[in-house]
Amino acid sequence: MKRALIAFTILALATPAAAETVAIVNARLETAGPAGTIPSGTIVLKDGKIVAVGAGVTAPAGARVIDAAGGVVTPGLIAPSSSLTVTEVEQVSSTRDDRSGKLSAGFDISYGVNPASTMIPLARQTGQTRAVVTPVLSRGGDGGHKDDSGAQDFAGGGGGDDAEPMMFAGQAAFVSLAAGDLDPVVRARVAVTLDLGESGARNAGGSRGAARVLVKAACEDARAFARNRGAYDRGATREFGLSRVDLEALIPVVEGRAPLLVRVHRASDILQVLRLAREEKIKVILEGAEEAWLVAPQIAAAGVGVIIDSQADLPDSFESLGARLDNAARLQAAGVTVAIMGSRDVNNMRQQRFNAGLAVANGLPREAAMATVTSNVARIWGMTGVGTLAVGQEADVVLWTGDPLETSTWPVTMFIGGVEQPRSTRAFELRDRYAKPAAAYPPAYQ
Amino acid sequence: MRSRVLAAIAATATAALLAACATTGTPAAKPGPTASTAPAKPIPQGLDPAARPDAFPSTYLPFPSAATAIRGATILTAAGERIDRGVIVFEGGKIVAVGGPDTAIPAGAVVIDGTGKWITPGIIDAHSHLGVYPSPGVSSRSDGNEAIDPVTPNVWAEHSVWPQDPGFNRARAGGVTTLQILPGSANLFGGRSVTLRNVPSVTMQGMKFPGAPYGLKMACGENPKRVYGGKNRAPSTAMGNVAGYRRAWIDAADYGRRWDDYRAKIAKGEKADPPKRDLGLDTLVGVLRGEILIQNHCYRADEMAVMIDVAREFGYRISMFHHASEAYKIGPLLAREGICFATWADWAGFKMESYDGIEANAAIAYRAGACTVIHSDDATITQRLNQEAAIAMAAGNRIGLKITEAEAIAWITLNPARAIGIDGQTGSLVAGKRADVVLWSANPFSIYAQADRVFIDGALVYDRRDPRYQPRSDFELGQPGEGAFHP
Repeated sequence: MKRALIAFTILALATPAAAETVAIVNARLETAGPAGTIPSGTIVLKDGKIVAVGAGVTAPAGARVIDAAGGVVTPGLIAPSSSLTVTEVEQVSSTRDDRSGKLSAGFDISYGVNPASTMIPLARQTGQTRAVVTPVLSRGGDGGHKDDSGAQDFAGGGGGDDAEPMMFAGQAAFVSLAAGDLDPVVRARVAVTLDLGESGARNAGGSRGAARVLVKAACEDARAFARNRGAYDRGATREFGLSRVDLEALIPVVEGRAPLLVRVHRASDILQVLRLAREEKIKVILEGAEEAWLVAPQIAAAGVGVIIDSQADLPDSFESLGARLDNAARLQAAGVTVAIMGSRDVNNMRQQRFNAGLAVANGLPREAAMATVTSNVARIWGMTGVGTLAVGQEADVVLWTGDPLETSTWPVTMFIGGVEQPRSTRAFELRDRYAKPAAAYPPAYQ
Repeated sequence: MRSRVLAAIAATATAALLAACATTGTPAAKPGPTASTAPAKPIPQGLDPAARPDAFPSTYLPFPSAATAIRGATILTAAGERIDRGVIVFEGGKIVAVGGPDTAIPAGAVVIDGTGKWITPGIIDAHSHLGVYPSPGVSSRSDGNEAIDPVTPNVWAEHSVWPQDPGFNRARAGGVTTLQILPGSANLFGGRSVTLRNVPSVTMQGMKFPGAPYGLKMACGENPKRVYGGKNRAPSTAMGNVAGYRRAWIDAADYGRRWDDYRAKIAKGEKADPPKRDLGLDTLVGVLRGEILIQNHCYRADEMAVMIDVAREFGYRISMFHHASEAYKIGPLLAREGICFATWADWAGFKMESYDGIEANAAIAYRAGACTVIHSDDATITQRLNQEAAIAMAAGNRIGLKITEAEAIAWITLNPARAIGIDGQTGSLVAGKRADVVLWSANPFSIYAQADRVFIDGALVYDRRDPRYQPRSDFELGQPGEGAFHP
C-alpha cells in the first residue's frame, strides 16, 4: 500500500502536468452556463483554459483531437461540502482530519489536506474535479449505516457533552482533485461552518435559544476583538467567549468577506438563520435544509444558496419531518440557487451525480440539475473561473459515455486545468486483479 | 466431530417425529408394560420448544384485489427472461399468466396499458432495519441491537418492529414488497430475523410473511469486537469472535441432545424430566436442523472462508453473507458452497473491513457463479435498490462482463427470495406465485425510473398518481410533511 503510494508520487513527479491543446469534437456539450446545452459541438482546451466552445467551432491545427462520438461533455463536478482529502477511512480516527475537538471557528481544515488519499482518484471517477472541504463538529458524519449504529448507541458517539459550548466546526477550503498536485489547496479559510438546529442546540448545552444567543455573542466578540486587538493583548478588554484564534477566524465572517456555512434542517431554524444574517449583516450558505421548500420564497428573497442531499425524504429526526424528494425542484422554481451533494463522507460519494438525476425524476428541469453539481456550486461558494463550459474558464472538463446523471455511464476521460487525468484508482487495481481467472500463483503476484 | 453432530441432528429429527406422533395419540407411543403409572404429563406449552414454534403467528391477509392484466410493457421476469410488449395477468392474488402480446386476457379483468413501461417482480430487500431502527432515529426507538451480550440468539427482531415506521411507506414507493428485518451486528449472534410483507398494518403480525422461515443474524469482524472489546470483555479480537461462535454451537448441540434424550425416554414410556427451555439455544438448534437460515454479516474474504469452516465443523449451512465487500475475491468459493452474498453497489471504505470494497464486487462474483444479491441495510437505499443494482451492473459491464437487465433484476428479487427461503412463493413472475408486481415508469435500471404502481398479492398497495393508494403512517399525521414525500 505504502509502496504503491510512493510509486504513484514518483510517477506524478516524473511526468509534470502538461496542459496541451486538446479539441473534443462531436460531443453533446452541457455547458451549465448561459449557452445551455449544445446538441453537437466542439470544445477546445489550451494553456489550461477553455478557448472555444460551440457548434461551429473547429479543432485548431496541431491540437490533439478526441472524438466524443456523441458522448457528453460537462464541466467538472464540484463537491459542495465534503470530507474528501481530509478523511481516508471514516472509522479510523487517525486518518480523519475533518474535525478539531479543541478549536472552534479557528480550526483550519486546509492544513490536513492529503493529496495522496486513495479517495481522490475515486472521486475523479464520479466526475468530480474540485471539492469544498468542510469541517464537522463531531465524529458522526453521515457515512455510517444502520448496522453500525451500534457503535454510536453504545460507544457514546457524537460530541456535545463537553463543558465548552462549541458550535463552530472550523474553516473550510477549496481543493483541486488533480493528480500529482502536491499542493491541492486552491484557497484556504473560505468559510466558517456552524451547526445549528438539534446539533447546535446539543453543543450549546441543550437548546436552540442558547445556541442562537451564543452565536450572536460570538459575532459581537469578533467585532470587538477586531477593533481592539491591542487592548486584547494588554488584557484590557472584557472577557470573550471564544479563544483568540477562534475570534480571528470569525473576523472575515462578521465583516461579510467570507460566508458562514450553516448546517440547519427545520423550516423555523432556516428562518432564524436568515434573520441572523440580516441582523449581523453576514453572508450565509445553508447545508442540509430538508425543510427549505417550506420557506423557499424567504430563502430566495435573501439570496441565500442552499446545499442539499436530494435523497432526503425521511423524517430522520424531529427537525426534518417535512423532508421531500422535490425539495430541489421547489427551491429552484422559487428562484433559490441549489447545489446538490452526495454523501459528505467519501464512501458512497458517487451519489452526487445520481442525486442530481433523482432530483430530475422528481421535477427539477434537466439543465438545472446539471447546474446543481457544477455552476451553482461555484456561484454559491463564490468560486471564479470554474463550473461552466465557457471561454476563459479553467479547463475542468469531463467527457462521459452518455448522460452523466444516469446509472449506466462513466467518465471516458477528464481534464483538470487542461491536464488529462489518469484513470487508475485503487479500486480499479483491486478489480482488475480479481476479475481475472485464478492463476498458479496468488493474486498478490499480479 | 462433524459426523457426530450430524448424527445428533438426525436423532433430533426422529425424536421430533416421535413427539409429534405422541401428541396425536398414535398407539406406538403407548407406555410399555413396565411403566405402570399414567403417561407423562404434557409439558406446559411455553416450556416446550416444539409445542408452538410459531408463537407469534402471522395475521396477514392479502388486500382486496381484482383480476388484473397489464399489457404492452417490457417484462423482466427475474427467471431470466425479458419479454417485450408483454402481458401479465394476475387473479386471486396469484400470477396466472406471463407472456408475449398474444397472451389471453380473461374477460372482466381490469386492463392496464403498460406501453412504454416496465414490469418486474416486487423488490425484496433481504437486509433491512425498518421498524427496528425507525424514523425518526431517536434513542427511545433504537431497538436493533441487544448489545448487552455477544450471544443473543434469544431475541427476535419482530418484537422490536414498530409498524408505523414511515420508512415502510418510502420503501413501498420504491417497489419493495417484501423485507427481511434483521437485528443489528453488535453481537456474534444478534437474534432472529423476521420477513414482512410491506403492507401498512397496526401490528407486526399483520405484516408477517406467512410461512417464511426465520433467519438468524450472525456478525463477523469489527462490530462485535469493538462493542465488547470497548466494554473490556470478550470478544475483543477476531479470534475471540470465532471462539464465541464455536462455544455457542457446542452449547446448542448439547441442548439439542438433552431434548432428544428426553423425548426418546418419553417415547419409550420412561419417566423423564424435560430440560429447561432456552430461547437462544432453541434458535441455534433450529439452525442445526436446517429450519432457520443463517444470515451472516461478514465483509472480508478471509473471514467468510473461516465462517464456512465453522459451519462445516458444526453441520449447518450459511444461507447468505451480508455486506460481503470482498465477495469478488472468493466468487468461486461462494459458488461452490452455494452461499449467496448480498452487497451494495459501492458503499465502501468507511472502515477497515470495507476498505477493499469496489463497485464491480457484485458483478465479478456473479460472473464467477455466485448467487448475487443487492441489499440496502439503509432506509434510503432501500427506496432505490433498482438503481443500486444498475450501478453494480454498469461497473461489471464497464469491464466487459456483459450482464443484462434480465439477469441483474434477479439480484433484487429472486436471489434475495432464495436467500431468505421464500423463492417458492415470490421473487419471480411465474404462474402460480404470489402476484407481487411493480409497474415502472421506465427501464428500472435508469436513474429517472419511478415505481408507478405496486401490487402485493395482486392488490394495489401503491399508486404514484393516486393519493388513495399512498398510505401515511400514524406518526406523520399532523406533521409538516403530512407523510407526503414526492410530487
